[in-house]
Amino acid sequence: MKSTASLERSRRTSTILTYVALIFGAVIMVFPFVWMILTSFKTVEESMMVPPIIFPTSLSPANFIKAVTSLPFTNLYLNTILMVLFRVLFAILFSSMAGYAFAKLNFRGKNILFGIVLLQMSLPSQIFIIPQYQMVAKLGMANTIFALVFPGLVSAFGVFFLRQTYMGIPTEIGEAAYLDGCNQWQTFYKVMFPLTGTSVAALTIFTAVFAYGDLMWPLVVNSDLNMMTLSSGLATLRGQFSTDFPTLMAGSLLAMLPMIVLYLIFQRQFVEGIAGTGGK
Amino acid sequence: MKEKRIQLSAAARREENWAYIMIAPTILGLVILNLWPFVQTICTSFCEHLGFGHYQFIGLGNYVRMFQNGDFWKATWNTVFFCILTVPLGMALALGIAMLLNAKVKFKGGFRTIFFLPLVCAPAAVTMVWRWIFNSNYGILNQLLGTNIGWITDPKFIMISCAIVAIWSNIGYDAVLLLAGLQNISKSYYEAANIDGASKPTQFFQITLPMISPSLFSVLIMRLMSSMKVYDLIYMMVEETSPVVTDVQSLMYLFYRSSFVAGERGYGSAIVIWTVLLIGIVTLIQFQGQKKWVNYDV
Repeated sequence: MKSTASLERSRRTSTILTYVALIFGAVIMVFPFVWMILTSFKTVEESMMVPPIIFPTSLSPANFIKAVTSLPFTNLYLNTILMVLFRVLFAILFSSMAGYAFAKLNFRGKNILFGIVLLQMSLPSQIFIIPQYQMVAKLGMANTIFALVFPGLVSAFGVFFLRQTYMGIPTEIGEAAYLDGCNQWQTFYKVMFPLTGTSVAALTIFTAVFAYGDLMWPLVVNSDLNMMTLSSGLATLRGQFSTDFPTLMAGSLLAMLPMIVLYLIFQRQFVEGIAGTGGK
Repeated sequence: MKEKRIQLSAAARREENWAYIMIAPTILGLVILNLWPFVQTICTSFCEHLGFGHYQFIGLGNYVRMFQNGDFWKATWNTVFFCILTVPLGMALALGIAMLLNAKVKFKGGFRTIFFLPLVCAPAAVTMVWRWIFNSNYGILNQLLGTNIGWITDPKFIMISCAIVAIWSNIGYDAVLLLAGLQNISKSYYEAANIDGASKPTQFFQITLPMISPSLFSVLIMRLMSSMKVYDLIYMMVEETSPVVTDVQSLMYLFYRSSFVAGERGYGSAIVIWTVLLIGIVTLIQFQGQKKWVNYDV
């Protein structure tokens, strides 16, 4: 009797400890975001108080106005959205086609060609950057949306990932469509492609988050402030306002906001999309 | 060859044609965007960039210069040191969070969402926030600790600051992957251990760790590969003009500065080739080492 009570008590203690540890961790994770938001409404003087004050005295949008006037945020948003959109579209379109062919069709040279896919996946993207930059420069396409999209025109990872998905779909489904008179292309886009929704969603999120956070390529290829992305634009703000942290925090918040909003709406898809694709 | 072609039935040939059409954009793209640049980077690493896209072959010149350069070795050490600081500690903390989330807790989804949050924020924006927290005069960290540490200006601390940001940024991702591994462990092992009277630490070392070792290994490989390529976070933390830049710059930061700031693309190519070799060696060592601790028997 006594042992059951003590067991119950120790279980309760461990549950409490679990919550304490989780809440402590969650506070550390959330604190930088909260501090960013609080600072973004403070005046420079308020932000430099010793000891610090926690809440701003007014909710003035002054810092946001300053951030928006010192950086062409409309362009940054537009460039980022277009870059992400095109990269996602190309990744889905080309990777689905190739993923299906590698998984379900027989053709000569399949292994060698798939080897190229694997080679790209195993090399860090920086090894391609100098020649890719020279190509863009030679085409006279630096400082364009095309330049931002360029390295993402094909996604080896997407091919690999969707090939796995198509391999998981029973071949009989395709054969039935084929016998009904569909050719390979019709079998693919009428029957097989619609079955890959979850994987396509995962690839979309993965590609979007990765492109959105990318810094080196946008910095290298688009030096015109009006053609930068949110990430690379923010990097230039860094030097400009070295002591005006409220403006820097307002800029950071503006840069993070679109993805955070999407994330909060599609939490489960995001976590599963990024972690489920397994590789960054 | 010709005979073989005739042997293919009309249907098989049609299938093959469709396959080539469907992989054409991908293969064409990979050859132009990746395969050819890969070859070019190797060639460029043996050349000197004369400007305007003109190159001159200089043999091993870039590599000789690189191996004699103090900044290069410092960057190599910084990269390795960054991995040492972030990978083991980050994985241990991630495993801890995963185990907490694997217990019966309410709001599991909410906690997961919070720990995962940094992943969806651009590293550039996240690091900017940390720069403010780390600010030596007015940053909240020094004020809370009552210290006056130059987190991003003191060469002794800058690497630690970068490591903190890196661990904070990636912990949720690693925890989610490890949580999936934990959820695959059958409850019956723990029930049996409880009947045998095994203590919690014994259960952790005898059941949890061996059972989760394959997940730990894949997280380790992924984390090592991405840490060896670290760039954006350090770049945002320490600008090129900062006096502490050589104390913290990683190989990829040095690559960026050499190739695109100084315009020495041959030298930059040599650095990136070195980094790829280093990643390859480290990964190879890990795959050798896994035999000693990764348990695939289950």
